[in-house]
Amino acid sequence: MRNLWIFLSRYNAFFFFIIFFTVGIILTIRNNVYQRSVTFSSTNEVVGTAYKRLNVVKRYLNLVQVNDSLAAENAALKTQLLAIASIDSTQITKVKDTINLQQYTLIAAKVFKNSVTLTNNIITINKGAKDGITKDMAVISPIKGIVGFVQNVSENFATIRPLLNQETAISVVLKKDNAFGSLVWGDDNFDYRKAYVKEIPNHYKVKVGDTIVTSGFGGFPKGIEVGKVTNTRVSTGDSFMTLEIALFNNFSTLQFVYVVKDKFAEEVKSLQPEVKNEQ
Amino acid sequence: MNSRVILVNIFRWMVLLFVQIFLLRNMAFYNLSTPFIYVLFILVLPFHIPNFLLYLIAFITGLTLDSFYDTLGVHISACIALAFVRILFISVSLNREAIDEPEPSLGNMGFRWFSLYAVLCIFAHHIVLFFLEAFKFTSLTYTLGRTLLSVIFTLFTVLLVEFIFHNRKSA
Repeated sequence: MRNLWIFLSRYNAFFFFIIFFTVGIILTIRNNVYQRSVTFSSTNEVVGTAYKRLNVVKRYLNLVQVNDSLAAENAALKTQLLAIASIDSTQITKVKDTINLQQYTLIAAKVFKNSVTLTNNIITINKGAKDGITKDMAVISPIKGIVGFVQNVSENFATIRPLLNQETAISVVLKKDNAFGSLVWGDDNFDYRKAYVKEIPNHYKVKVGDTIVTSGFGGFPKGIEVGKVTNTRVSTGDSFMTLEIALFNNFSTLQFVYVVKDKFAEEVKSLQPEVKNEQ
Repeated sequence: MNSRVILVNIFRWMVLLFVQIFLLRNMAFYNLSTPFIYVLFILVLPFHIPNFLLYLIAFITGLTLDSFYDTLGVHISACIALAFVRILFISVSLNREAIDEPEPSLGNMGFRWFSLYAVLCIFAHHIVLFFLEAFKFTSLTYTLGRTLLSVIFTLFTVLLVEFIFHNRKSA
């Protein structure tokens, strides 16, 4: 013990250097946007490759559920197709430029890493800048429900900040009467099947069982079903209502996600000033 | 005596940081060479200062600079590296018990010792500073070039200031 003390005090300059320098580097990475993004995307590349190997087994075990969900999605798409096919095309006289009007394109991606138990969960997917993914794109889940926003992008991988993260807020509306609210998770609630809709004005009549859909602001296409109201009496003390909702999608079994590429995202963004809280 | 040293150092700290923040911050040659005169403050701190205090002062100096440059952490790390090289160089080149000068300034230590001391310390500071700013090794030559050119500029200003003060003292 005495020798250790002598050793430490003899080379104190070096140990102080290590301590202070580490503090300096940590401060640099935590507080500077550019340095942080470089660190995250390079570690992401390494971690992503490791998870890619691990995931082969996991994917095989989950094949049954994935097949079921794909079949369900197929059925839904076929229903839509039938609906379109039944429209009498001879009656439409106006020519619609469908190529330029298609605002949203979906990029399918596989989930590598997912968590639902932390206070700030992160999802890693196997598509990155190479596949046209950029920061802040919206991410939805295959059948029903939303996932979150793209947070960081590297060459082959990307991380998603899902709804299950304290920093995520998504603009939603009541399907019934278009009352705006903001969908959040966290505070005291760490159940991955529940979330809260805040800031709905008090004069709207909301019933248990009402459906919540996306508002169409901030990357998500309008009208994606998010969840069902389970409790309208969450007391907060301010002049807005807070609703508890049950989410339609299950984050714990998420295997595939769709990244939504918004054709007009850049254009819209260039018009609006930076808004940080509500994306 | 002791309180005089503290007062002189506080005065020096304020003047050098004032010059750095309000004058030299806006000065650069083609964004390649930038002077950081404030390192002179850490260079000429007294010899008998304890290591921990030296690091603490370097940390606070870096923190002040960072808040004005909006780069929290970068100048802190650079100043800490500078303090480490200062301690190393002094312990290697001088016998710590036999030092009778109060502080390692140009007038006390002579041109040869001081210029070598300043070059090594400034180089350590600048290399940490510019590499943390770039934060990657891909543009290695550009960053190294910036470092070297800035070392020359900073060294020039440091020696200039030291010569002016040195002459005034002896006069």
